Amino acid sequence: MQVTFKIWRQDSPSVKGALKAYKVQDLTEDMSFLEALDHLNEQLVVQGEKVIAYEYDCREGICGQCGVFINGRAHGPHDHMTTCQLHMRSFKDGDTIVVEPWRAASFPVIKDLIVDRSAFDRIIEAGAFVSSKTGTAPEANAIPVPKGMADKAMDAAACIGCGACVASCKNSSAALFTSAKINHLNSLPQGKAEQHQRVAEMTFQMEQEGFGSCTFTGACEVECPEGISILNIAEMNARITKSKVFG
Amino acid sequence: MKLEAKIPEGKLEEKWRNYQVKSQLINPANKKKLKVIVVGSGLAGAGAAATLAELGYDVQCFCYQDSARRAHSVAAQGGINAAKNYQHDGDSVWRMFYDTLKGGDFRSREANTYRLAELSAPLIDHFVQQGVPFAREYGGTLVNRSFGGVQVQRTFYARGQTGQQLLLAAYSQLYKMVRAKKVEMLPRNEMLDLVVIDGKAKGIIVRDLVTGALKRYAADAVVLATGGYSRVFRLSTLAIGCNGSALWKAHKKGAFFGAPSFTQIHPTALPQSSEAQSKLTLMSESLRNDGRIWVPKKQGDPRKANDIPEEERDYYLERRYPSFGNLAPRDIASRAAKERIDAGYGVGRLKNAVYLDFKHAIEKFGLATIQDRYGNLFTMYKKITGIDAYKEPMQISPAAHFSMGGLWVDYELMTTIPGLYAVGECNFSDHGANRLGANSLLQASVDGYFILPNTINNYLAGVLKEAHPTTDHPEFEKAEAGVQAHIDRVLAVNGTQTVDHFHRELGKVMWQECAMSRNKAGLEKAITQISQIKTEFWKDVKVTGSDKELNTELEKALRLADFIELGLLMCTDALQREESCGAHFREEYQTEEGEAVRVDKEYSYVSAWEYDDGTFTLHKEELEFEFVQPTVRSYK
Repeated sequence: MQVTFKIWRQDSPSVKGALKAYKVQDLTEDMSFLEALDHLNEQLVVQGEKVIAYEYDCREGICGQCGVFINGRAHGPHDHMTTCQLHMRSFKDGDTIVVEPWRAASFPVIKDLIVDRSAFDRIIEAGAFVSSKTGTAPEANAIPVPKGMADKAMDAAACIGCGACVASCKNSSAALFTSAKINHLNSLPQGKAEQHQRVAEMTFQMEQEGFGSCTFTGACEVECPEGISILNIAEMNARITKSKVFG
Repeated sequence: MKLEAKIPEGKLEEKWRNYQVKSQLINPANKKKLKVIVVGSGLAGAGAAATLAELGYDVQCFCYQDSARRAHSVAAQGGINAAKNYQHDGDSVWRMFYDTLKGGDFRSREANTYRLAELSAPLIDHFVQQGVPFAREYGGTLVNRSFGGVQVQRTFYARGQTGQQLLLAAYSQLYKMVRAKKVEMLPRNEMLDLVVIDGKAKGIIVRDLVTGALKRYAADAVVLATGGYSRVFRLSTLAIGCNGSALWKAHKKGAFFGAPSFTQIHPTALPQSSEAQSKLTLMSESLRNDGRIWVPKKQGDPRKANDIPEEERDYYLERRYPSFGNLAPRDIASRAAKERIDAGYGVGRLKNAVYLDFKHAIEKFGLATIQDRYGNLFTMYKKITGIDAYKEPMQISPAAHFSMGGLWVDYELMTTIPGLYAVGECNFSDHGANRLGANSLLQASVDGYFILPNTINNYLAGVLKEAHPTTDHPEFEKAEAGVQAHIDRVLAVNGTQTVDHFHRELGKVMWQECAMSRNKAGLEKAITQISQIKTEFWKDVKVTGSDKELNTELEKALRLADFIELGLLMCTDALQREESCGAHFREEYQTEEGEAVRVDKEYSYVSAWEYDDGTFTLHKEELEFEFVQPTVRSYK
């Protein structure tokens, strides 16, 4: 099959970018979307042009490093899928595919399709941990965690940190990302001791980073590769109130 | 040079305690004067960096990804083993030690393997305390499942995302120490050389992957936690960025490479479907708990899987290995699949796969239970292949996976360069010639959290009185100039072929001759072919863009240049070892039934290779079995 990619090219953060069209032939439906871009990059090298910069690592949907806007949707046309899991069989022969980086003020473009998501690391740094040192843990079965509680924590903990939630939100809110981590730790007995401080510090950092507010459009949970529910945001908001009263 | 493994005195169960009692300590006021560099932020690297910082050391941690949370530990699915005996099924530290030693076909040290089993139980305590949402019973206690090569249930898991959950716990703990200003985290920085001063590791040269600038970092000790190198095969279960460059640079600076050719081929990955494929996705071994592996009894059977009646299916693992069945160890399951595929019984479009079938499990336990156990794996399978595996069997195939080989380390996890440590998958220590499932997360974590923080002090106490290294030392100048010259040389070739072209060529040779089954003639041919690929690479590779910018093509080229040389060493190692053991299967050494024949009299040693200007010299660490008697490994 053949397609035309229209890809955002931007050499560095300080220069202006633009979409550039590339006709690519000899693709197959079995190829993943990123393999099609690899194929294009090999052509560019042979032609003596600079390759398109895009990110990926595991290529199996778990590391969270890939992620681009494809035809106006984060990670492409399907719900709950990463860019690396998208295959060319989702497109038709002759299609034009527009590829852009995540758009959010808190995720500045570094080059082409690569953005800086270190704001997420700083939100984690603000309180997404249990302050126990290596070697200090009690016996693992000493504190029972009911299955329902563990399952709910796991649902939230599944976040891969790709940033699709921010990119697809009209406010560029990081509420889904932040709430998932808060709810994972705050719902477990091990996370209880620091629960109020965690909510306060992480949400403060989220605002410091310039992410917008959540207005519950639900766009984020549709694109989230792990299907993390927007109910997490409601739960986080309840925890914020609770931390103000009891924290 | 004699390889000194530094195994402590005493009975097996007392060795680690005896070591700790005698090892030198450093007082907290002095620890903060000591700087440690950790390269890699996976379970081993993040665990080590966080714990060393908690102990008071001044730590810098580097990774090539955009965040520490991306490290490939994240992709481990099935679980982590621990000798907790929560299932009351007769497990113990001894049994876990023996399973691991036997699983590795008696090619690892007793003392290391025992310590791995011994520290497994406190590790689960640690991760639970860090907030890992492990699977639980309704009553709130932890659940276990089985894994290959083992007859007890000792595997702890968090759905099919255990690696992700453990890595995120380590990442959280690491960032707790970043917040405490005890760790400086440097993502998007790739190590390109090791700096050795007066015979000791004293720093690294890195390339800032955003600006392209080369930077120098000095430290009192350097810890490599850079993971496996199976991307040498190009198609593997590893992340695309995983590479062997840090190991290779350390090797060229004097660190011996242990058992480089010992590579695990994982039996249950998705089959290759085209030449353009970049990755073979793994499907967790845990699926073999409930899934049954089969091929049609008729060669080239054109029918769809669901149309083939029960009596015309060959459940070949159950047939050949009745006592372990579908849970035979990975090397054995992979070779058995290869045997069927090569004999013409393969399935799928390219006839390069076997079936993994859940029909019986769904009938027995119900759809809901199977969904609860493996839901995310089935979803992942559907996303990639478009096939609903609840309705028809998965198609799976063997793929290059784990590097048992790595830098040779002693009991303290120190390489042959004083002050240079290797932890996790990048060392050769505990798994021998084959790793058991769910022991990888375990080894990475135990090395990083528990062992290294208790051994590094024994070295650092000795360098406390030495002057701290500084980056204006001539050795730093020399190393940086060497890296720059190497980069310039790659860019100057300006040939006609892409980096990926050469990587595909290398991968084909490695997969054909140095993977599941090896022989003398093939390996000799491979060495010639790889040498040709090396010559061609340096004559005809083309990299566009410059080195003073973000340039993903240059990154790939630098990694591949090292992979090519590493491939030569792997084939040299596989050629030298004239026996079959674990994943190393030499066709000349097999029984009539096709089982591996180990040659203990001649090869009961760890091969440790020394680099000398393009040639490799073998050193041997004889393995002494004091507490168990190596036997013929049987899973029948």
